[in-house]
Amino acid sequence: MMTAPARTGSRAGIALAAVVPVAFLGYFFIYPLVAILATGLVEEGRFATSAFTQLITDPAMRSIAWFTLWQATLSTVLTLAAGLPAAYVFARFRFPGRAVLRSLTLIPFVLPTIVVGVAFLALLGPGSPIGVDLRGTIWAILLAHVFYNTAVVIRGVGAFWEQIDPRLEDAARSLGASRWATLREVTLPILRPAILSSAALVFLFSFTSFGVILVLGDLRHTTLEVEIWRQATAFFRLDLAAALAVLQLAGVTTILVVYARIRRRLTTELRLRPVGEITRRPQTRGERGLVAATLFGLALLIAVPIGVLVARSLTTADGFGVDAYVNLVDPPRNSAIFVSPAEAIANSLSYAVPAVLIASAVGLLASTVVVGSRGRLSRALDTAIMLPLGTSAVTIGFGFLVALDAPFDLRASFLLIPIAHALVAIPFVVRSAIPVMESVQRRLREAATMLGATPLRAWREVDLPLVARALLVGAVFAFAISLGEFGATSFIVRPDTTTIPIAIFRLLGRPGTFSEAMAMAVVLMAVTAVAAITIESLRGSRSGGV
Amino acid sequence: MLRVTDLTVCFDGVPALDGANLTVADGSVHALMGPSGSGKSTMLRVIAGLERPDAGEVAWNGASVLAVPAHERGFGLMFQDYALFPHRSVAGNVAFGLRMQGLGGAAAEQRVAELLDLVGLPGYEDRSIGTLSGGEQQRVALARTLAPRPRLVLLDEPIGALDRSLRERLLDEMREIFTKVDATALYVTHDRDEAFAIADRIAVIKDGKIVADDDPIGLWHRPPSAWVARFIGLENLFPSAALDQVGLAHPSPAHTSGIVPPESIVLTPTGDRTATVAAVHFRGGTYRVELDIGAGQPLVAWSPTAPSPGSTVRFSIAADRIIWFTA
Repeated sequence: MMTAPARTGSRAGIALAAVVPVAFLGYFFIYPLVAILATGLVEEGRFATSAFTQLITDPAMRSIAWFTLWQATLSTVLTLAAGLPAAYVFARFRFPGRAVLRSLTLIPFVLPTIVVGVAFLALLGPGSPIGVDLRGTIWAILLAHVFYNTAVVIRGVGAFWEQIDPRLEDAARSLGASRWATLREVTLPILRPAILSSAALVFLFSFTSFGVILVLGDLRHTTLEVEIWRQATAFFRLDLAAALAVLQLAGVTTILVVYARIRRRLTTELRLRPVGEITRRPQTRGERGLVAATLFGLALLIAVPIGVLVARSLTTADGFGVDAYVNLVDPPRNSAIFVSPAEAIANSLSYAVPAVLIASAVGLLASTVVVGSRGRLSRALDTAIMLPLGTSAVTIGFGFLVALDAPFDLRASFLLIPIAHALVAIPFVVRSAIPVMESVQRRLREAATMLGATPLRAWREVDLPLVARALLVGAVFAFAISLGEFGATSFIVRPDTTTIPIAIFRLLGRPGTFSEAMAMAVVLMAVTAVAAITIESLRGSRSGGV
Repeated sequence: MLRVTDLTVCFDGVPALDGANLTVADGSVHALMGPSGSGKSTMLRVIAGLERPDAGEVAWNGASVLAVPAHERGFGLMFQDYALFPHRSVAGNVAFGLRMQGLGGAAAEQRVAELLDLVGLPGYEDRSIGTLSGGEQQRVALARTLAPRPRLVLLDEPIGALDRSLRERLLDEMREIFTKVDATALYVTHDRDEAFAIADRIAVIKDGKIVADDDPIGLWHRPPSAWVARFIGLENLFPSAALDQVGLAHPSPAHTSGIVPPESIVLTPTGDRTATVAAVHFRGGTYRVELDIGAGQPLVAWSPTAPSPGSTVRFSIAADRIIWFTA
């Protein structure tokens, strides 16, 4: 409730536990960021702003920055337009299959961005079944962003909407407010922080979007993120890439600050918990129509790109067949497939295992510190550990590239890619573990204590079994993230360390291997879907108020 | 016997407990009642050993337990939200304290069955916590608390989250169970009816201090202060000056207020006083009559018959039954 004297004894232990995450973040996150800054600002040992000057004066660069901003804005608006009705329908109405459908809406969000890119290329690119070719246009990018981010709005706003007592709306109606006035005067003002915070997240994801824009923009449309990658890996302009990365970081930081401010308002907001069941069957014709139309639209948005991807991966010159999949395992001689896809799968798996172990270990220690101490260290670590989530993956990869040659040259190390993946995954591990550790644990630990358990015994009997499950969720997250990670990997990958997403990208770049790229994307999608279902079921089967 | 002496706890310099004293006799259920923020939950947590006091003493049978860690005190605590372990079955929860004592196997199983029987949930062993209703969770929590035979049972608003009819039933059942196992218990609540229904003795806490400690009948008839009288819901509390005006003089100048117990008022044609009937409410079998006596607030009396509002009635007051307060 207030103070916890029992904890003071383990202060030394907490400090010890803090060493690992602090050192990890310091060396693999902060240090590379500083190195990027130095690359942009130091030239031949002297302070120089030439890279930044070029950034500001070059009209091409200015238009890239401008495009990054407005495509993110437009993506956010369109995603809200698609997601808000769905959030409403799921929060307020009961219909057959509601729970399953709600889980399904999460699929696009857990798909690796490269898979999303390939799916929309299959749908809207060359050879499109609907007879268009939108490759290299803004439309394909926007649609893919809406596809990818709608779940953020459905989950973020929907979860909050479910907490609003519908009787507030009934009260407004009984006081003479029309439907529209109720929406304007009651519902939307209450929902506003939830809408804004979801919008900030969607904006962030669209702002730092990499895989989708690289695949669908066809380098005719590039964002800051893609341009950092292009300047660094294609033109070897590290200084310009660094300047772009600094600009990108400034943008991301601004978004995160705004987001954090909205979140604070969201959590301090009066909690209006509804009593009893709040969902109901749609009653009027209008309601039934709204529910049906929304669900149909959602199904279309989710199923069509995925369906077309699967169908086209199974299409051969003469009908249907699994040729593309066979070619993955056993590439034909003299074919253009120069990466062995089987090798890429083996590589991905061999990186995923250490990535999961690193992310789980560092994440568990960091969560223990955050939950166990209430000091400044804990708050700082809580914020710092989330930063890689906001920072773009490309920036992380770029930072590794410019920083990790000294004092230890890790660029040739087998662990380099797993470490990058772990860095991206740790926020998910921590976010799965902390709420479980924090909310119920203390009460339950006290209950165990009052029943005669020693502190160590209470930890083993109560903390461990409960956190184990959350840790498992975090580990599966880390596994899925590692398999799908594209942005950071694209910087530090070497020809002999190709991962599945990199292999997909290379297959896309070769003439005549589009089918194989799609087949590989389907394989990656299937693995990710299994991971996502595992996460959902692990969470769902958790009983009680955890 | 539990004895708490001069207990003081400060949070960030603000006292939550301010020299509280309390004694719980063996085999008795003692209620600790107070408004929210009065320090009652803090007191419970200090006794349990989950919170450390800044000053004062907690002793069991004369020996201080402050140096004894919570898990070795042999006190059971039932939480307001039950704090049942979500990862264990009903039996797993109830057997937890037994396992901590090293009791397992058939003996533990038998004890679990016995306890589930006691709380009216026989055969619930394998149910998972998530499938239980609020009332069932409450019973499991009670069984879990009682299973290791704690020498003192601490209860923190144990039925506060349940609806009224269920609360009344559970109160009766708990009362019965406590008698059956001869429990020594400290029962924290903010609800007057709950305290009066379950306790052998009631302590009232205000701003971290115990301001009343008596058996229910004594507390009802002899509240030590006007604040306590108001808190436990006694009616007809008047300032001395107002009572003076209607000819009910206070015995000592120190008395600043007094209560005219409704049961000391009799409506009768031979009464020596008159008043206008301000309002009449039917209260199942008797009438609550509000009399306007010109004292700034109506005087409440109980009557088997209903005088008509606006009429003038005669009544008498047994002046010696007025409870006077100096504070």
